[in-house]
Amino acid sequence: MDEAPSKLDLQVDTQGPQPVLRYLFYLLIVRPVMLIVMGMNVRHLDRLPKSGPALIVANHNSHLDALALVTLFGMSRLHLVRPVAAADYFLSSSWFAWFSIRILGILPLDREVRSKHRHSLDPISESLSRGEIVLLFPEGSRGEPEKRQPFQQGIAHLAKRHPDVAIVPVFLHGLGKALPRGEGLLVPFFCDVFIGESLQWNGNRADFMDSLCTNYDALASEAKVPEFE
Amino acid sequence: MNDTQSNIWFGHLTLEARGALLCIFAVLLIASAISISLVRLKPAGDWTELRARIRTWWVIAVLVAGALLLSPDAAIWFFAFVSFLALKEYFSLIPTRRADRRVLFWAYLAIPVQYLWVSLQWYGMFIIFVPVYLFLLLPARMILIGQTKGFLRAIGTVQWGLMGTVFFLSHAAFLLVLEVSKSPRVSPAWPHELAAQYPGPGLLLLLLVLTQSNDVAQYLWGKSLGRRKIAPLVSPGKTWAGFLGGLATTIILAALIGPRLTMLDVPRSLVAGAIIAISGLFGDLNISALKRDLGVKDAGATLPGHGGVLDRVDSLIFTAPVFFHFVWYSYG
Repeated sequence: MDEAPSKLDLQVDTQGPQPVLRYLFYLLIVRPVMLIVMGMNVRHLDRLPKSGPALIVANHNSHLDALALVTLFGMSRLHLVRPVAAADYFLSSSWFAWFSIRILGILPLDREVRSKHRHSLDPISESLSRGEIVLLFPEGSRGEPEKRQPFQQGIAHLAKRHPDVAIVPVFLHGLGKALPRGEGLLVPFFCDVFIGESLQWNGNRADFMDSLCTNYDALASEAKVPEFE
Repeated sequence: MNDTQSNIWFGHLTLEARGALLCIFAVLLIASAISISLVRLKPAGDWTELRARIRTWWVIAVLVAGALLLSPDAAIWFFAFVSFLALKEYFSLIPTRRADRRVLFWAYLAIPVQYLWVSLQWYGMFIIFVPVYLFLLLPARMILIGQTKGFLRAIGTVQWGLMGTVFFLSHAAFLLVLEVSKSPRVSPAWPHELAAQYPGPGLLLLLLVLTQSNDVAQYLWGKSLGRRKIAPLVSPGKTWAGFLGGLATTIILAALIGPRLTMLDVPRSLVAGAIIAISGLFGDLNISALKRDLGVKDAGATLPGHGGVLDRVDSLIFTAPVFFHFVWYSYG
């Protein structure tokens, strides 16, 4: 698919989130669900960046992950926060694409590079340059609930492109039990959120991935995670 | 006929119940004043935990008082919400099986149903729904899913959690709709005529005040002269001196406020104080043992300075049914 940009690409490029609808959606639906139905126990809230640009890196178990991270930042910083989500899934139909972009406010990421005109990480770079807070799940997909997969290299690429941007690891636990992949029924569980120390690009891809993973493992080991088989 | 009481604001609360609410806020004001002066007088000490604890007490008192002032039904559904928070905390702490997500969902659905029986004043259903019907229904749901590995542990832990966080806590709510029977075993000693119309809020306030002050009294007595430990492997903080001091304090407090707030006469108030002090201790130790088994310090972080909701309602889970059945036997 090397032809001219598709209809979806155009939609992504020309339209961002609808600020009023997005605000109301997060205020009236997402926050009550995340804070009352679910409930969040947040550790080290002081480590959360106060403003953008910043890159939040979290493990991925559930669709609720992005909503939990957005909730962390509160309503006053909502306009700055953009979750990265897979274009092949979130833009799969025109209605869902409208909802994902205008209401959820996602930054669509092409998991397979479809166009020669743009690098698939370009939308994230542009967002960071605008001073936004980007939420990224470097495991790539939700996978098995509450099981971590290795981080993909795209995160190192982004860090290299933006050496000044703070990268903050966040460990999430509980959401994979509440709404795992392939399930439509939400079962309430408390969500544990552990915010880690921020790090930055250190000049070497392998070193960077190493320190990110070490940082992340330390964070995950803080959590006392009950068995879920 | 009896419209004098129901026509005025908060008519469902007797003068004594309203007075009790004012006293609770007065005690909190004193606690806040003491903690603020501690911060001023001894700035070297770390008072953040104490300050957070008292601030959370304010929030709890405002919510309970607000629900009670609104209507008895509002207070019943407030307890349903507390049950939901406590059960959710419990399910988040314990090991669970992915296959049981639907069973847990049914367990959550049991909360509004159980509190519906309370608001309908349907005692017969209220008293058997969790221990009989859910005991049969949840394993049936689990059997239909069909995973046998870990079956006993799964069904045992789910039922245990429901008994504590839903069934036992709902006894506190049932106090609100309790009516004195026409031929009670003990003749009620009403503080005055109007109090006989609305006995519920007074009974609930008595239970809550005695349970929570017993917690505080056992802690303070234990701090000041406790040495011999009751259950050192479960909770090193619980001492015999603390328990006995708390017991005496709670019995005296019960004798002072029981007859003024409820139909309990002085002897029954003394008994109520004693059973609340004893069952409160074991309720507290019960959740301590659970946390130790699971390897966590606090059950959650919902209530700053206290920990989780389970950490706060631990003694109430034990005192509510024991106090309720004492009152039910005597007057119901």
